[in-house]
Amino acid sequence: MKNNFYIQNYCHVKDGEVSVNGKTVFKTSETDFKLVMKAAYKKLIVDYPKFFKMDNLSKLGFLAAHVLLENEKEKNIALILSNKASSLDTDRTYQESIKNAEQYYPSPAVFVYTLPNICMGEISIKHKLYSENCFFVTDEFAPETLSTYANELLDSNKAEKALCGWVDVDNGKYNAFLYVVAKKGTFVHSEAEINRLY
Amino acid sequence: MSNLKLELKEKIIEQLNLEDVSVDEIADNDPLFGDGLGLDSIDALELIVMLDKDYGIKLADPKEGRKIFESIDTMAAYISANKA
Repeated sequence: MKNNFYIQNYCHVKDGEVSVNGKTVFKTSETDFKLVMKAAYKKLIVDYPKFFKMDNLSKLGFLAAHVLLENEKEKNIALILSNKASSLDTDRTYQESIKNAEQYYPSPAVFVYTLPNICMGEISIKHKLYSENCFFVTDEFAPETLSTYANELLDSNKAEKALCGWVDVDNGKYNAFLYVVAKKGTFVHSEAEINRLY
Repeated sequence: MSNLKLELKEKIIEQLNLEDVSVDEIADNDPLFGDGLGLDSIDALELIVMLDKDYGIKLADPKEGRKIFESIDTMAAYISANKA
Protein backbone atom coordinates (compact mmCIF):
# COMPACT_ATOMS: atom_id res chain seq x y z
CA MET A 1 0.00 0.00 0.00
CA LYS A 2 1.31 3.42 -0.96
CA ASN A 3 1.79 5.95 1.82
CA ASN A 4 0.59 9.52 1.88
CA PHE A 5 3.31 12.11 2.10
CA TYR A 6 3.30 15.79 2.94
CA ILE A 7 5.14 19.00 2.21
CA GLN A 8 6.89 19.94 5.44
CA ASN A 9 8.10 23.38 4.35
CA TYR A 10 8.87 25.29 1.17
CA CYS A 11 10.74 28.36 0.01
CA HIS A 12 11.03 30.75 -2.90
CA VAL A 13 14.02 32.77 -4.04
CA LYS A 14 13.26 35.27 -6.79
CA ASP A 15 13.12 39.01 -7.51
CA GLY A 16 15.48 39.86 -4.65
CA GLU A 17 13.37 38.07 -2.08
CA VAL A 18 13.74 34.89 -0.05
CA SER A 19 10.60 33.52 1.58
CA VAL A 20 9.93 30.44 3.69
CA ASN A 21 6.37 29.08 3.87
CA GLY A 22 5.18 32.32 2.29
CA LYS A 23 6.89 34.53 4.87
CA THR A 24 9.65 36.89 3.70
CA VAL A 25 12.98 36.24 5.46
CA PHE A 26 15.12 38.47 3.23
CA LYS A 27 14.42 41.19 0.72
CA THR A 28 16.54 43.62 -1.27
CA SER A 29 15.90 46.15 -4.02
CA GLU A 30 19.16 45.03 -5.65
CA THR A 31 18.67 43.41 -9.06
CA ASP A 32 22.16 42.12 -9.87
CA PHE A 33 22.21 38.39 -9.09
CA LYS A 34 25.66 38.34 -7.50
CA LEU A 35 24.82 41.30 -5.24
CA VAL A 36 21.50 39.73 -4.25
CA MET A 37 23.30 36.51 -3.33
CA LYS A 38 25.98 38.37 -1.38
CA ALA A 39 23.42 40.33 0.63
CA ALA A 40 21.32 37.21 1.26
CA TYR A 41 24.45 35.33 2.38
CA LYS A 42 25.30 38.02 4.92
CA LYS A 43 21.77 37.91 6.34
CA LEU A 44 20.97 34.20 6.18
CA ILE A 45 24.14 32.09 5.93
CA VAL A 46 27.03 34.16 7.36
CA ASP A 47 29.81 31.62 8.00
CA TYR A 48 30.41 29.59 4.84
CA PRO A 49 32.98 31.47 2.70
CA LYS A 50 33.05 28.65 0.13
CA PHE A 51 29.68 30.07 -0.96
CA PHE A 52 31.55 32.76 -2.90
CA LYS A 53 33.51 30.19 -4.89
CA MET A 54 30.33 28.56 -6.20
CA ASP A 55 28.78 29.27 -9.59
CA ASN A 56 25.44 31.06 -9.82
CA LEU A 57 23.32 27.90 -9.96
CA SER A 58 25.00 26.41 -6.91
CA LYS A 59 24.65 29.67 -4.97
CA LEU A 60 20.93 29.79 -5.69
CA GLY A 61 20.30 26.14 -4.83
CA PHE A 62 22.54 26.31 -1.77
CA LEU A 63 20.75 29.39 -0.42
CA ALA A 64 17.27 27.92 -0.99
CA ALA A 65 18.28 24.61 0.60
CA HIS A 66 19.92 26.40 3.52
CA VAL A 67 16.76 28.17 4.66
CA LEU A 68 14.86 24.86 4.60
CA LEU A 69 17.50 22.58 6.11
CA GLU A 70 19.36 24.75 8.63
CA ASN A 71 17.38 23.30 11.55
CA GLU A 72 16.69 19.90 10.01
CA LYS A 73 17.85 16.87 12.03
CA GLU A 74 17.13 14.14 9.46
CA LYS A 75 20.12 13.28 7.24
CA ASN A 76 18.58 10.72 4.90
CA ILE A 77 17.11 13.40 2.66
CA ALA A 78 17.05 12.70 -1.07
CA LEU A 79 17.67 15.61 -3.44
CA ILE A 80 15.42 15.85 -6.49
CA LEU A 81 16.00 19.10 -8.31
CA SER A 82 15.15 20.40 -11.76
CA ASN A 83 15.52 23.37 -14.06
CA LYS A 84 15.42 24.49 -17.67
CA ALA A 85 18.87 25.99 -18.24
CA SER A 86 20.90 23.12 -16.77
CA SER A 87 24.38 24.62 -16.16
CA LEU A 88 24.28 26.78 -19.32
CA ASP A 89 24.97 29.98 -17.37
CA THR A 90 28.35 28.58 -16.26
CA ASP A 91 28.97 26.68 -19.49
CA ARG A 92 29.00 30.02 -21.35
CA THR A 93 31.54 31.48 -18.94
CA TYR A 94 33.75 28.47 -19.43
CA GLN A 95 33.36 28.56 -23.21
CA GLU A 96 34.50 32.21 -23.17
CA SER A 97 37.73 31.14 -21.48
CA ILE A 98 38.60 28.57 -24.16
CA LYS A 99 37.30 30.09 -27.41
CA ASN A 100 40.51 31.94 -28.26
CA ALA A 101 43.35 29.56 -29.06
CA GLU A 102 45.95 32.26 -28.37
CA GLN A 103 44.43 33.14 -25.00
CA TYR A 104 43.56 29.61 -23.97
CA TYR A 105 43.38 29.67 -20.19
CA PRO A 106 40.54 27.37 -19.08
CA SER A 107 39.61 28.00 -15.47
CA PRO A 108 39.51 24.84 -13.32
CA ALA A 109 37.30 26.64 -10.79
CA VAL A 110 34.71 27.40 -13.49
CA PHE A 111 35.00 24.00 -15.19
CA VAL A 112 34.05 22.07 -12.05
CA TYR A 113 30.61 23.73 -12.10
CA THR A 114 29.75 22.85 -15.72
CA LEU A 115 27.17 20.27 -14.63
CA PRO A 116 23.87 21.09 -12.87
CA ASN A 117 24.19 18.31 -10.32
CA ILE A 118 27.23 20.00 -8.76
CA CYS A 119 24.64 22.23 -7.09
CA MET A 120 23.34 19.14 -5.26
CA GLY A 121 26.91 18.25 -4.29
CA GLU A 122 27.35 21.62 -2.59
CA ILE A 123 24.09 21.14 -0.66
CA SER A 124 25.12 17.60 0.33
CA ILE A 125 28.55 18.73 1.57
CA LYS A 126 27.10 21.49 3.74
CA HIS A 127 24.33 19.39 5.27
CA LYS A 128 26.31 16.11 5.37
CA LEU A 129 23.83 14.25 3.17
CA TYR A 130 24.89 10.88 1.74
CA SER A 131 21.59 10.35 0.01
CA GLU A 132 19.94 9.63 -3.32
CA ASN A 133 19.92 12.51 -5.76
CA CYS A 134 18.71 13.31 -9.24
CA PHE A 135 18.62 16.46 -11.36
CA PHE A 136 15.99 16.73 -14.13
CA VAL A 137 16.30 19.22 -17.00
CA THR A 138 12.85 20.10 -18.33
CA ASP A 139 11.37 22.96 -20.36
CA GLU A 140 8.95 23.85 -17.58
CA PHE A 141 8.46 23.12 -13.89
CA ALA A 142 7.21 19.51 -13.82
CA PRO A 143 5.68 18.64 -10.42
CA GLU A 144 4.47 15.25 -11.59
CA THR A 145 8.02 14.12 -12.37
CA LEU A 146 9.30 15.36 -9.03
CA SER A 147 6.45 13.96 -6.96
CA THR A 148 6.53 10.54 -8.64
CA TYR A 149 10.26 10.24 -7.96
CA ALA A 150 9.96 11.51 -4.38
CA ASN A 151 7.07 9.15 -3.58
CA GLU A 152 9.00 6.20 -4.97
CA LEU A 153 12.08 6.95 -2.86
CA LEU A 154 10.06 7.45 0.32
CA ASP A 155 7.79 4.45 -0.33
CA SER A 156 10.78 2.18 -0.87
CA ASN A 157 12.53 3.53 2.25
CA LYS A 158 15.49 4.77 0.21
CA ALA A 159 14.99 8.16 1.86
CA GLU A 160 13.15 9.50 4.91
CA LYS A 161 12.56 12.88 3.32
CA ALA A 162 13.15 14.53 -0.06
CA LEU A 163 14.21 18.06 -0.93
CA CYS A 164 12.57 18.75 -4.26
CA GLY A 165 11.98 21.62 -6.62
CA TRP A 166 13.14 24.02 -9.26
CA VAL A 167 16.39 25.99 -9.27
CA ASP A 168 17.10 27.90 -12.46
CA VAL A 169 19.65 30.59 -13.36
CA ASP A 170 20.46 31.99 -16.76
CA ASN A 171 21.78 35.35 -17.90
CA GLY A 172 21.00 37.11 -14.63
CA LYS A 173 17.46 35.71 -14.36
CA TYR A 174 16.88 33.37 -11.45
CA ASN A 175 14.10 31.49 -9.74
CA ALA A 176 14.14 28.84 -7.05
CA PHE A 177 11.26 26.99 -5.45
CA LEU A 178 12.26 24.15 -3.13
CA TYR A 179 10.18 22.08 -0.74
CA VAL A 180 10.75 19.20 1.67
CA VAL A 181 8.57 16.10 1.32
CA ALA A 182 8.12 14.11 4.54
CA LYS A 183 5.82 11.65 6.26
CA LYS A 184 4.34 14.49 8.28
CA GLY A 185 3.70 18.04 7.22
CA THR A 186 1.34 20.89 6.57
CA PHE A 187 0.39 20.38 2.94
CA VAL A 188 -0.60 17.23 1.07
CA HIS A 189 2.14 16.16 -1.32
CA SER A 190 0.13 16.28 -4.53
CA GLU A 191 0.73 17.69 -7.98
CA ALA A 192 -2.06 20.22 -7.47
CA GLU A 193 -0.67 21.42 -4.14
CA ILE A 194 2.88 21.68 -5.47
CA ASN A 195 1.57 23.76 -8.37
CA ARG A 196 -0.38 25.97 -6.00
CA LEU A 197 2.66 26.64 -3.81
CA TYR A 198 4.90 27.18 -6.85
CA MET B 1 59.64 42.41 -4.73
CA SER B 2 57.24 44.08 -2.28
CA ASN B 3 55.17 45.34 -5.23
CA LEU B 4 55.00 41.82 -6.59
CA LYS B 5 53.85 40.47 -3.22
CA LEU B 6 51.10 43.07 -3.02
CA GLU B 7 50.06 42.26 -6.59
CA LEU B 8 49.91 38.55 -5.78
CA LYS B 9 47.73 39.14 -2.75
CA GLU B 10 45.32 41.23 -4.83
CA LYS B 11 45.19 38.64 -7.60
CA ILE B 12 44.64 35.76 -5.17
CA ILE B 13 41.78 37.57 -3.43
CA GLU B 14 40.11 38.47 -6.72
CA GLN B 15 40.68 35.31 -8.74
CA LEU B 16 39.98 32.85 -5.93
CA ASN B 17 36.90 34.78 -4.74
CA LEU B 18 38.14 35.22 -1.18
CA GLU B 19 35.24 37.25 0.09
CA ASP B 20 35.87 39.27 3.25
CA VAL B 21 39.65 38.77 3.05
CA SER B 22 41.75 41.93 2.63
CA VAL B 23 45.35 42.37 1.49
CA ASP B 24 46.32 43.47 5.02
CA GLU B 25 45.14 40.17 6.45
CA ILE B 26 47.57 38.08 4.39
CA ALA B 27 51.09 38.07 5.86
CA ASP B 28 53.91 37.35 3.42
CA ASN B 29 54.78 34.11 5.19
CA ASP B 30 51.23 32.90 5.97
CA PRO B 31 50.54 29.38 4.67
CA LEU B 32 48.19 29.66 1.69
CA PHE B 33 46.77 26.16 2.16
CA GLY B 34 45.61 24.28 5.24
CA ASP B 35 45.36 26.41 8.34
CA GLY B 36 46.37 29.61 6.54
CA LEU B 37 44.07 30.99 3.87
CA GLY B 38 42.37 27.60 3.58
CA LEU B 39 42.82 27.25 -0.16
CA ASP B 40 41.89 23.89 -1.72
CA SER B 41 43.03 21.72 -4.64
CA ILE B 42 40.95 23.62 -7.21
CA ASP B 43 42.55 26.85 -5.97
CA ALA B 44 45.96 25.27 -6.55
CA LEU B 45 45.00 24.60 -10.17
CA GLU B 46 43.81 28.20 -10.51
CA LEU B 47 47.18 29.41 -9.21
CA ILE B 48 48.96 27.28 -11.84
CA VAL B 49 46.81 28.91 -14.54
CA MET B 50 47.56 32.33 -13.04
CA LEU B 51 51.32 31.72 -13.22
CA ASP B 52 50.98 30.86 -16.90
CA LYS B 53 48.51 33.60 -17.86
CA ASP B 54 49.94 36.53 -15.91
CA TYR B 55 53.65 35.69 -15.65
CA GLY B 56 54.33 33.34 -18.57
CA ILE B 57 55.49 30.55 -16.28
CA LYS B 58 54.40 27.01 -17.14
CA LEU B 59 54.80 24.38 -14.45
CA ALA B 60 56.01 21.19 -16.09
CA ASP B 61 55.03 19.19 -13.02
CA PRO B 62 51.96 20.34 -11.03
CA LYS B 63 53.54 18.77 -7.94
CA GLU B 64 56.06 21.63 -8.02
CA GLY B 65 53.18 23.81 -6.89
CA ARG B 66 53.31 22.36 -3.39
CA LYS B 67 56.51 24.27 -2.59
CA ILE B 68 55.91 27.28 -4.85
CA PHE B 69 52.51 28.01 -3.34
CA GLU B 70 53.50 27.65 0.29
CA SER B 71 53.19 31.38 0.90
CA ILE B 72 53.29 34.78 -0.79
CA ASP B 73 57.04 34.83 -0.04
CA THR B 74 57.71 31.57 -1.91
CA MET B 75 55.44 32.54 -4.82
CA ALA B 76 57.12 35.90 -5.27
CA ALA B 77 60.60 34.36 -5.10
CA TYR B 78 59.70 31.75 -7.72
CA ILE B 79 58.11 34.27 -10.07
CA SER B 80 61.06 36.65 -9.76
CA ALA B 81 63.47 33.85 -10.63
CA ASN B 82 61.45 32.38 -13.50
CA LYS B 83 59.40 35.17 -15.07
CA ALA B 84 59.45 35.04 -18.87
